[in-house]
Amino acid sequence: MKQSKKTPIALMLLLAVASLIIPNVQGQQLEVRVATGTDLFPIPNIILPSQGFVAVMLILMLAMTALSVYLTFVRNRKTPLIAVIAFGFGLVMTVLTWLFSGATMGITTLLAGSLALAVPLIFGSLSGALSERVGIINIAIEGQLLAGAFTSALVASVTDSVLIGIFAAMIAGSLVAAILAVFSIKYLVDQIITGVVINVLIIGLTSFLFSTLLADNISILNQPPRFERISIPLLSQIPIAGPVLFNQTLIVYLMYLAVAGVFLALFKTRWGLRLRSVGEYPKASDTVGINVFRTRYMSVMIGGALAGLGGSFFTLGQVGAFGKEMTNGAGYIALAALIFGRWNPIYAAMAALLFGFALNLQYALQIVGSPLPSEFLLMLPYVLTVVAVAGLVGKVRGPAAAGKPYVKS
Amino acid sequence: MKQQNLVREIFSGNAVIPIFAVLASFLFGGILIAFANEEVQQASGYFFSRPGDTISAVLNSVFGAYDALFRGSIFNYQASSAEGMIKPLTETLAYATPITLAGLGLAVSFRSGLFNIGAQGQIIFGAMFAAYVGLSFELPFLIHMPMAVLAGLLGGALWGGLVGLLKATTGANEVVVTIMFNYVALLLLTYLLKTPVFQAPNQVNPISSPVAESSRLPGILGDGFRLHFGLIIMLAMVVAVWWLMHRSSIGYQFRALGYNPSAARTAGINIPLTYILVMAVSGGLAGMAGASQVLGADRQLTVGISATFGFDAITVALLGRNNPFGVLAAGILFGGLRSGAVLMQANQGVPVDIVLVVQSTIVLFIAAPPLVRSLFRLPKPKAVQA
Repeated sequence: MKQSKKTPIALMLLLAVASLIIPNVQGQQLEVRVATGTDLFPIPNIILPSQGFVAVMLILMLAMTALSVYLTFVRNRKTPLIAVIAFGFGLVMTVLTWLFSGATMGITTLLAGSLALAVPLIFGSLSGALSERVGIINIAIEGQLLAGAFTSALVASVTDSVLIGIFAAMIAGSLVAAILAVFSIKYLVDQIITGVVINVLIIGLTSFLFSTLLADNISILNQPPRFERISIPLLSQIPIAGPVLFNQTLIVYLMYLAVAGVFLALFKTRWGLRLRSVGEYPKASDTVGINVFRTRYMSVMIGGALAGLGGSFFTLGQVGAFGKEMTNGAGYIALAALIFGRWNPIYAAMAALLFGFALNLQYALQIVGSPLPSEFLLMLPYVLTVVAVAGLVGKVRGPAAAGKPYVKS
Repeated sequence: MKQQNLVREIFSGNAVIPIFAVLASFLFGGILIAFANEEVQQASGYFFSRPGDTISAVLNSVFGAYDALFRGSIFNYQASSAEGMIKPLTETLAYATPITLAGLGLAVSFRSGLFNIGAQGQIIFGAMFAAYVGLSFELPFLIHMPMAVLAGLLGGALWGGLVGLLKATTGANEVVVTIMFNYVALLLLTYLLKTPVFQAPNQVNPISSPVAESSRLPGILGDGFRLHFGLIIMLAMVVAVWWLMHRSSIGYQFRALGYNPSAARTAGINIPLTYILVMAVSGGLAGMAGASQVLGADRQLTVGISATFGFDAITVALLGRNNPFGVLAAGILFGGLRSGAVLMQANQGVPVDIVLVVQSTIVLFIAAPPLVRSLFRLPKPKAVQA
């Protein structure tokens, strides 16, 4: 069988983009600041000569493209993933050098901020994974996040407790998921329609309640306590990894657990195996005695609870109050991360981190003054997802039964 | 007995579902309005001592709101002049113009089995192309205006057609691509509105200059009304889409693709080409909605040019059952909701967001006839004879 030529072609296109950027690298050097002040030992800033560093990265990208072309056209073999990742590393480094050359790039703060911004995206993509793996397309992630954001702000304000707030957010998220589940499972309504309409419904509902209830009683109903930063002793003092991973808020630690939990549940337990079989071939699952409907309801609603939890990041983590339509399309980026991560919780989380990085980069760039308009950085998640579904980086295939209602005969 | 059968026939038929769906949604909206009303909240505090107060407060709030909705969308019987009385209806039609145009586009794609969620982005592209023509040229009206409208059509058709091309060549799922393209289009518009391409000279805000007089869609009823020539274009497109889908051979191929893609392929229809055509037609109609906004309603390009028309269009297409005349009726209904909500907010303090709730519940109910039947205890339709 002939190897698909998509990967080498995509790499060549990206290489062309990179070679357009490289002559524009201004400034003599790139200063990378790693230290944060809480490290175990002091770390000096790393100073890289911009042009030289970019040249090395160009060689790396050239080598990987050549390897891919050789393997595909001569040896008729697949390009290994590691080559694509190495290429991506080179490309990201090139772009970063272009953007930050002549200034100081605080890599640790940049990464820590990216991780925080990726939190709702990751929770959202976990909701998508649980839902789509069981055969229900989940466009309603946006609605689940928004419902979680609203409910957590309201409940946490009233009870003055972050924990009750996130618990309420989980319930709200799973209720939204329940609407999706009932309409797609019981009433056999097209799942894409249901998802889109649910998002409109939740935007309308939360905006209406915000204007009528919250806006008049801000001090009682919309001033929730916020997540506090918890630094884990010792671990948080490791250079780079410490401040990035272990000096975060509660919801970030919950996110680690959720990603690991969903991955293990989906791929290492009997429950997950059944769940995935329902998403691939429900008729066969039914035949061997799995309750297709119950599995679908459960999985979709657990996913909704996770997305609701992620929604609390907006109110209890980021802003500190609910605002109309504050999720602002994060649910769709989460969906993008899910697809880009090929419906695998860990890959989806990595994709979400990449998207969070792009989101955070625009803030960092506003400070140093960037040659790249922020709109193009914000476009990155969407464009990459289109590239992914167009199959330019490997084959993307969702669960076979996703989108098809199951009718017991 | 015979009469009873007739009643049963009427209430079990599919035509009755939209009516009851709308009714159920207004009931749900009414509950929300009453719930959020301050007088109702106060009166419910002493509900058990004087329940009548609560009930009358509920009725007052709901009827007050829906009365304002009626006066703001259809006929304002409280207005002092004849002009003021019919103004709401013209506002309704002005709102209905873009959402019906975009809704027609989506109906074409849904009928053909393609889920175009990207009207929002296609409207933006249409608006950008139309605005570019409207801003860059000085031409006589009879050339300039049609050219600008056609540019809008072209812009939407290109942005939509690109999705069709991606699907035809790589198999990319159109739902995902169109959702992503909505954001790409919006970010591109935001960027271009900050560059000299569109941004008005000496302007800090991201808005363009007004488009040239000769490129504008003229008003229909004079300066006091927002109604413009876009309405005529929209009505013409309703007929054109009906002809395209039901009388032309291209439309036949579109529908064949929608009914059964493999049968269509066997019948010799060029599937990849049809994907591209469907998406181009669908996007082109949405693009015209964008042109109508830039050239008729707003007369300049702004970041909010597409408002939520692209999402409204989805609900309009679904409510209209993807039939051009149904889409027109649904478009006018939702246009009325939009226009009425403005007065409802000003007059009764009910936030316009209630429209989104009513609109989305209508679509959910319509999509699930068994739910509506069980809510209103309507009889089940007779089983189809095998």
